[in-house]
Amino acid sequence: MTTIETTRPQPASAVPEPILSVENLVQEFVTRGPGGVKAGVVHAVSDVSFDLFPGETLGIVGETGSGKSTLARAIIGVDRPKSGVVRFLGRDLMGLSKRDLKRARKDIQMVYQDPFGSLNPRWRVEDVVAEPLLGHTTMGRHERRERVRELLDLVGLNPDTYARRRPMELSGGQAQRVAIARAIALNPALVICDEAISSLDVLIQAQVLNLFEKLRSELGLSYVFIAHDLATVKQISDRVAVMHLGQLAEIGPAEEIYRAPRHPYTKALLDSIPGLDPETGIAKRPVPLTGEPPSPLNPPSGCRFRTRCPRAQELCAEVEPRLVEHEPGHFASCHFPLEDPATFSVDSLRGSIRSTGSAAPVVAPDEDAPGPAGVDIDADEPSPEAPDVPVAPDPPLLLGQTGEVRRGTDLL
Amino acid sequence: MTDLATETRRPETTAVSYEPERQPVLTVRDLHVTFSRGGRRIHAVNGLSYTLRAGRTLAIIGESGSGKSVSVRALMGLLPPSATVRGSALLGDTELVGMSDRAMRRIRGNDISMIFQDPARSLNPTMSIGLQITEAIRTHSDLDKKAAADRAVELLKLVRLPAPERRYHEYPHQLSGGMRQRVMIAIALAADPKVLIADEATTALDVTTQAQIMELLADLQDRLGTSVIMISHDLGLAASYAHEVLVMYAGQAVEHAETNTLFRNVRMPYTKALLGAIPQLTTVPHSQLTVIGGHPPDLAALPSGCPFAPRCNRATENCRLDKPPLDEHEPGHLYACWHPYLPGSEDEPVPVDEEAVS
Repeated sequence: MTTIETTRPQPASAVPEPILSVENLVQEFVTRGPGGVKAGVVHAVSDVSFDLFPGETLGIVGETGSGKSTLARAIIGVDRPKSGVVRFLGRDLMGLSKRDLKRARKDIQMVYQDPFGSLNPRWRVEDVVAEPLLGHTTMGRHERRERVRELLDLVGLNPDTYARRRPMELSGGQAQRVAIARAIALNPALVICDEAISSLDVLIQAQVLNLFEKLRSELGLSYVFIAHDLATVKQISDRVAVMHLGQLAEIGPAEEIYRAPRHPYTKALLDSIPGLDPETGIAKRPVPLTGEPPSPLNPPSGCRFRTRCPRAQELCAEVEPRLVEHEPGHFASCHFPLEDPATFSVDSLRGSIRSTGSAAPVVAPDEDAPGPAGVDIDADEPSPEAPDVPVAPDPPLLLGQTGEVRRGTDLL
Repeated sequence: MTDLATETRRPETTAVSYEPERQPVLTVRDLHVTFSRGGRRIHAVNGLSYTLRAGRTLAIIGESGSGKSVSVRALMGLLPPSATVRGSALLGDTELVGMSDRAMRRIRGNDISMIFQDPARSLNPTMSIGLQITEAIRTHSDLDKKAAADRAVELLKLVRLPAPERRYHEYPHQLSGGMRQRVMIAIALAADPKVLIADEATTALDVTTQAQIMELLADLQDRLGTSVIMISHDLGLAASYAHEVLVMYAGQAVEHAETNTLFRNVRMPYTKALLGAIPQLTTVPHSQLTVIGGHPPDLAALPSGCPFAPRCNRATENCRLDKPPLDEHEPGHLYACWHPYLPGSEDEPVPVDEEAVS
């Protein structure tokens, strides 16, 4: 495990210039009580840095209040951040005048969660899609019309059928396609999707995700894809950033984050997802975190996750962890990060259990470890691939709860 | 997660633990709900039948507009006057369909109660949560104020709200979404109902909070023996927490079985499509998800054949003409399809069986 201290996570092969680079971004809001008296400061985004490279998709995941949307709004300058630098295509957006910022935003577009909320209900689809062309280009009416038809076609809506409709006459998925057509109208370099598929049905979600993929490969777009669910982000992201209470808990290549999460918070998010394998039909029951997320008005000292963290020790309350590089391009901010299951041994398991004083029995990380109770809901059914090695009753869940090891089958 | 994918396929479950000995609590038979809107009749629920047994969880899953919410709201008399409800829904010996508003008010909250998607909008923002729970308790019992307040704190403890005595005096805006949903559950359980309906109760919550609330509901069910109907569009959630799953499409059940039976032996192409569309933790970045095109049918002009036929890649001519009935084709496994996915015939259209059609 390499522990090179840096504050700017960069991907393994940092060859090209990033199109977006965010440095030490801080966004705070003052809450006011009766009479406008300052009541507190919401630490919405605290010292977040990352780079985004051309053609890359960065997924940003976290709970409500983790600052993902605030971060997006700060990047496009809707709310100017308190401090920090946002560099887009080599220009510092924070230093721009309002007018120049407006011009720069031509290349950054956003798609929001609620398509109906972001489309003017009185406008026709063709007017909605044409609006950015009006403000940012010198296209004539005819040219604009052609461009709108082309865009609608690109997002999978038949222009003859849909161009004259109003948002009310569209389904949720269709309305989101219109919002996407509007977002790509100006050939942006970057599209920020803020929970863009969260309010859609699962079948429509899949269609829209596929559309995002198609547009990425056809138009060479970069995405910042914000979601609260690690599962949806997986399919679309090259890299994933996990935010917790305004800070980056972990950032790294998507495959790495899912295979070997280092931050206990990432692990908890993964464990909370109710899974269902489409091939076997076997469900994975969530393992919930205990406790409530702390308030961003009054974040805990040291590590902000420590109040809910199964691995927290005294050090976590005293010293704020910094982002540490574990694998090339894979950073996590944790004093007691989880180990890579690939380099995992029985000894390290024993050691980690002893260190927290847990009396949990040790399961041999056997290749044939059975699907534990937490994974297989049909506990009564004898496991056909059950190994001969004796297994302590219900150990996987117990171990999972201590946060020390991944459950049995994760060791595979 | 990767562990699921690497696990070898399990043998087909044939013996279903159907447990007919469990007492039926709610028996719904041939439920129809129709809305009249601007001269059009919208058939939101078309002949839904199921039996909810004591201490069990039934998940009703489907897309928006499949009629899952409408079907449970019909049971509680929560539909607008434009709705017509036909069929039968027996809660014990009491017929819920056609019940007067007055009689329904005694049932609602008492024998059958409901938690909704948005706890912020279900709670009164101007009342402390303690008072709201006390109000629910006193509506359904003759406890005095003091006893009701004690019971309210007890309920808050039951739903594991941190610092219940202090929270009693707090207002909804002072609580997080998860805590508000706990309060909603406390109110729903105030009169110890036989049936609890959770209508997308965790959809608006974070995935971490969702897991907490679902574990709480499962635990409360174990302790109180409540029967739960959970309405959801999340197949993973249904598979993790429900004993039985009913898949709805265009207002009708298209597949219905014990959870394990259903997800391990999916027969109906629609259920298959839903499963295929779930984003998995195992999917490779930038891969395309399998999707089906088209839209759910117009509920005002339902086709005469199978409602899923226009979107189904296995559909043949007879699917468009004849509606497949929901039959128990295998023990405990009901589905409505002429060309189900049967073992051994994966992805190959089943030859048309003339007899089955006629």
